[in-house]
Amino acid sequence: MNNFLPASPVAVPLIVAALLAAVNRHIPRRIADALAIAASSWCLLACLFLMIRSSHGLIVYWMGGWYPFNGAAIGISFAIDPLGAGAAAFASFLVVVSFIFSAHYFDSIGTLFHVLMLAFLAAMCGFSLTGDLFNLFVFFELMSAAAFALCGYKTEESGPIQGALNFAITNTIGAFLVLSGVGLLYGRTGALNMAQIGKSLGQTHDGLVVAAFVMITCGFLVKAAVVPFHFWLADAHAVAPTPVCILFSGIMVELGLYAVARVYWTVFHGALAEFEAQTRLIFVSVGVLTALVGAFMCFAQRHIKRLLAYSTISHTGLMLIAFALLTHGALAGLALYVLGHGLLKAALFLSAGMLLHHLGSIDELKLRGKGRDAIRVPVLMLLLALGLSGAPPYGTFLGEGMIDDAAKTLHYSWISYVFMLAGIITAAAVLRVAGRVCFGWGDDLDRSQQEEGETDEGRETSGGPDIPATMFIPTLVLLLLGIAMCFIPGIRTRTQMAAMAFTDQAAYQQKVLEHASPPNYETPPQESLVPGMVRGGISTLLAFLIAGLVLLPHPFRRGIAGFSGGVSFILRPLRLLHSGHIGDYVAWLTAGVAVIGGLFAYVIH
Amino acid sequence: MNHLAGELFRMLPFIVAAWLFVVGLYGIVTSRHLVHLIMCLVVVQSSTYLLLLGVGYKFGAAAPIFVDIPVGTPAVDPVTHALMLTDIVVEATVMALLLALAIQAEERAGSVDPEQLRIMRG
Repeated sequence: MNNFLPASPVAVPLIVAALLAAVNRHIPRRIADALAIAASSWCLLACLFLMIRSSHGLIVYWMGGWYPFNGAAIGISFAIDPLGAGAAAFASFLVVVSFIFSAHYFDSIGTLFHVLMLAFLAAMCGFSLTGDLFNLFVFFELMSAAAFALCGYKTEESGPIQGALNFAITNTIGAFLVLSGVGLLYGRTGALNMAQIGKSLGQTHDGLVVAAFVMITCGFLVKAAVVPFHFWLADAHAVAPTPVCILFSGIMVELGLYAVARVYWTVFHGALAEFEAQTRLIFVSVGVLTALVGAFMCFAQRHIKRLLAYSTISHTGLMLIAFALLTHGALAGLALYVLGHGLLKAALFLSAGMLLHHLGSIDELKLRGKGRDAIRVPVLMLLLALGLSGAPPYGTFLGEGMIDDAAKTLHYSWISYVFMLAGIITAAAVLRVAGRVCFGWGDDLDRSQQEEGETDEGRETSGGPDIPATMFIPTLVLLLLGIAMCFIPGIRTRTQMAAMAFTDQAAYQQKVLEHASPPNYETPPQESLVPGMVRGGISTLLAFLIAGLVLLPHPFRRGIAGFSGGVSFILRPLRLLHSGHIGDYVAWLTAGVAVIGGLFAYVIH
Repeated sequence: MNHLAGELFRMLPFIVAAWLFVVGLYGIVTSRHLVHLIMCLVVVQSSTYLLLLGVGYKFGAAAPIFVDIPVGTPAVDPVTHALMLTDIVVEATVMALLLALAIQAEERAGSVDPEQLRIMRG
């Protein structure tokens, strides 16, 4: 399989990006759009093809034909498996959607937006496909640099600059952590290929290996916005242009977690096998904390994009829990959950973008009752909110069910309550927004919501009396796909087979280094979906109940004024922690690394 | 004693690397000026240079230029140099971007003090 195809998801967008940068202002906007959409569609098709092909076994592609010699990797490889190729395909799909959505955006600025987006896409594809640890770091940094620039794209405002600075500084420190970890591993094993490092480490571990594990994991978890590394995410999402937000929330943050999973299963799985139970406990705890902090902060927002950003933090917490179970069943659930969540969250951000386009504001309280003449958007948000609570038949429901089944066998079944709680609160927050914007329910001021800081943002488009089809239809398509993915025949079985291959360290090493054919995995039995349906139904009802309580008409509100004040009292200290000061963010980051490192140090001794 | 000193000398780059990482973070946390803050980030970055060079270094070995040294001469590891060069290139981009953002912050918000740049909060 040594042709152009495996490298093309990286090469094609980079070449087109270079071309567009060269001709910048000299070609019409529509041609630039068409070229960019063509390049990202190519990535989508190539990655889908690779995903299907690799379901029969890992596709290993050695750059420049530098094959391994006597079982030792010399060159740099892509090691493509269905989950990695799937992540790259999803990233490409979101880029296509975001190019279509942004047809009415950025009227005056040439093609630089396209250039940055394509570079971002190339980095995300390379990041998902690579089999080399240093390569992973380089794509991580390319992805970050493009993302920083895209985040601070609206340079005429102060908010985007500050958001981009916070984003860039915290994520760069994360990258240095990763690089230091890679350096330590190279010092120990003399290898950079992940299969090779895993083979050299074998079953042995010591302080140095654990230190490298903590550094690499924490570095990638900064990107995954896990508490206490999460502060940058809300700032960056609140200020980035809407078409960029869908990439940030839909796939970039999840790729941080993907890297943690990839590195764990290829490099550290054997070496840290002895501490599996402790590793599980540590990361499940971090995940629970993230899910709850994200959910509460989400409910306290009035800036709609910031609200969605905190909801993403909450859901990344849930995803971290799924990874932390460290079984292939949970990993398969995680993959489906990421896909389902990404589709819904992208659609939610696009809905927020449409509100901003049509009504010129993104402040929930300012928009109260204004949505009546654009009723399509709040209704769409309402439908999307149901997906956040894990109601059937949304993709998140499918993933959640599989994660719960995996948790049950490990005596972690209590995490399904965490999933429910986070789902209820984040869904209720979006339902509240939809209700207030659409029907004008609730008060002008809600004491449990933020009163200070940035609550609104300027228009991104020239605005208009109508919502263009290029904005509405992509959003609708995302929603429908989020539902349709449940009905793809055999999706659960196929994802589980892919997850089995992903977690099989020995088979990965043999395939990459010795070109051995992959083992055959048994088709796993399918668990019943009924308990998940019951849970999803209950969550949805409770989400409606909470949103309804907050939006009660005035005479009834007096009864719950105390409730509202109480919520405000609890949330106040939490909100004060989110100070907007970059020094504080870095202090939390350092503390987080120290605590996780300390816990692992304690575990080994 | 001699052995201990040798061991200490061998560990020195790693000790300094760890020190640079931590002292850079301290600078970032306490910084009152964005340019100073970004330079502290460069200090953190230089710890990764030192770490990589320390990993690849061999005492008494030649530079890894294989044209004019006899075959079999021990040489320091050239791979870590390549890694470090890549690191420099990648991070130069990021630092340039950060400094550009700092200039924009001064223009839009009229300040480069992180204390004053806190409209994103809560």
